[in-house]
Amino acid sequence: MIEIELGSWVESAVQWLSNNASGFFNGITVGIDSMVTSLQAVLLFPNPYLTIVILAVIAYAITTKGHKFFSKAAWKKGRGITIFTLIGLWLLLNMGYWEETMQTIALILVSALIALAIGIPLGVYASRHDGPDKVIRPILDFMQTLPPFVYLIPAIIFFSVGNVPGVVATIVFSLPPAVRLTNLGIRNVQKDVVEASRAFGCTNRQLLFKVQIPLAKPTILAGVNQVIMLALSMVVIASMVGAGGLGQSVYKGILKADMGLGFEAGVGIVILAIFLDRVTQALGISRKQVSDEE
Amino acid sequence: MSKIQVENLSVIFGKRVKEAQELQKQGKSKVEILNETGCTVGVSNADLDIREGEVFVVMGLSGSGKSTLLRCFNRLIEPTAGTVVVDGNDITKINEQALREFRRTKMTMVFQHFGLLPHRTVSSNVAFGLEIQGVEEDQRIEKAYDVIKTVGLEGYEEKMTGQLSGGMQQRVGLARALATDPEILLMDEAFSALDPLIRNQMQEELLQLQEKVHKTILFITHDLDEALKLGDRIAIMKDGFIVQTGTPEEILTQPADDYVRAFVENVDRGGIITAGSVMFKNPSAVRIKQDGPRAAIRKMSKAGVTSMPVIGDNGKFIGFVKDNDMKEMEDKGIRDIEQYMYTKEEVTAVTADTPVADLLPLFLDTDLNLAVVDEDRKLIGVVVHSSVIAEMIGKERSEVKQIRQEGGIDL
Repeated sequence: MIEIELGSWVESAVQWLSNNASGFFNGITVGIDSMVTSLQAVLLFPNPYLTIVILAVIAYAITTKGHKFFSKAAWKKGRGITIFTLIGLWLLLNMGYWEETMQTIALILVSALIALAIGIPLGVYASRHDGPDKVIRPILDFMQTLPPFVYLIPAIIFFSVGNVPGVVATIVFSLPPAVRLTNLGIRNVQKDVVEASRAFGCTNRQLLFKVQIPLAKPTILAGVNQVIMLALSMVVIASMVGAGGLGQSVYKGILKADMGLGFEAGVGIVILAIFLDRVTQALGISRKQVSDEE
Repeated sequence: MSKIQVENLSVIFGKRVKEAQELQKQGKSKVEILNETGCTVGVSNADLDIREGEVFVVMGLSGSGKSTLLRCFNRLIEPTAGTVVVDGNDITKINEQALREFRRTKMTMVFQHFGLLPHRTVSSNVAFGLEIQGVEEDQRIEKAYDVIKTVGLEGYEEKMTGQLSGGMQQRVGLARALATDPEILLMDEAFSALDPLIRNQMQEELLQLQEKVHKTILFITHDLDEALKLGDRIAIMKDGFIVQTGTPEEILTQPADDYVRAFVENVDRGGIITAGSVMFKNPSAVRIKQDGPRAAIRKMSKAGVTSMPVIGDNGKFIGFVKDNDMKEMEDKGIRDIEQYMYTKEEVTAVTADTPVADLLPLFLDTDLNLAVVDEDRKLIGVVVHSSVIAEMIGKERSEVKQIRQEGGIDL
């Protein structure tokens, strides 16, 4: 029988990378860390009540887009999420989790932004090239099904402990839907529209930006929503390698068997989840659908 | 003048194209090639010559390769072999940039399912071609409004295309194709997705529009009536081959093979077949100056007819005479046949391009034949009742015989 030592091969590969590409990983560490800390600083800078109002207004504006800002229809549509945001964040502030909440938002946004910045262009690329698409697909499957704990280990080796390995693990886990849904959305754009655009002399770039992306937008935004929700689902796991925020409170709760701490922080994550989900879902609803409803 | 020349054009889909081409040369059929190589033959050695300013219709059933052929003109589908020469340029040889330029300025397309951008307004859709070319927004929207007026969509400029009916959406499609002022319009089953009334209306409007714009139009359809109505010339396709090319009248009167014949059998022929193709050419006629009643009778009995046209100076048609009138004249000893001639009040003359459908009513009040004249009123033919009836029915003599045997009563 042949002895296949996949484990030790991976180990030596990781070791080699960490020895020889430390500059690269240090660069990434510094980059991500500064993004997270500066976003955190921005979120924590104003008076918390002001931040709550700003976030509520953002939620209202996004969920009611297409309507007039101060109209009855808009209020009817946006009041739920707006009131929820105000009460939910007020609750978190007064339970003493304000700093953790803002840290979590910063972590999620940075992870999701990087995941989208990689995932959407990759999805566009995969939608236009069948060969690479066939290679990318199984890699995405691998990323989604490999238990996240497994890639926390190399994340620590490359990026030590703290926010950065947490962000990297979150990116790996939340990236696939951005690629998949962008790919799907562009491939599903009606063939005759694409053909017509070509017949009028579109370059590939014009076809992409004037036709395919606008038409695939609802699907791509569904991908954005998925990326953010998956990123949120990683906060507790990410805290195991030292990422801060609500996830860390939950993790502490687990370690100390502190039911109260775990529950409070858990509720905080749910509140954030509902806020982010409703707002990003509303992004995907086009103006046309709004005008059809009226 | 020739605008587009297609020579030996073939399109083969599949992996083993070389082998398929070899089989094609040996004259194997589409099915045989598919079975042997797995390749589908879209178009087989097509030759076409399309003239400037004409509406050229390619007609065939689905799967006949007509849409594939059309897409070779702007290379939405790359031809496997052969050339498409537009204004002396071989389109199959130009590079990508030149091809884009060609699509932008010279040849645009209208699609069966419209292919409009659903996230844009009507005017922005119409201006799309200009936008691609990099024309300034003010200019292109102005042009779009102009064209929208031409296709009769005024007032809908800022609507979203999804809010329009099928017929209106196709007007947008047509406007978009016209906005860049192309010389050639490709129309791929452009009216097939519309319901019959709207389709009819769009056909009429296209013809009216063509009167104004004089584009070279390549129109694809599976509907023979549409082809006959719109086409200056028609090519009929079957299994990737062009079976026949000709004017609507040629297709109807001289079908190239059984396939075409079966096609044209049930068509409404009256509006297309003209007097020119059902008339007896160079008929014998009575000359007013030279011939008396006796000569007229002799001519008629020789030709086996009971009436005959009368011609004056330079062969100009002036009227008809009947044999029993001539006999009466002879009995009475009158020489001047003009007295017994049927002229203007009772007799009609038509030109050779009058459709047969318009001849029928002319037979209502008279038992005389119809004279066919050219622009100088010179007699060129005679149309008799029975040939008009035969043409309208569109059946062969043998078929008529069979009908008589089956449906008639033995006497």
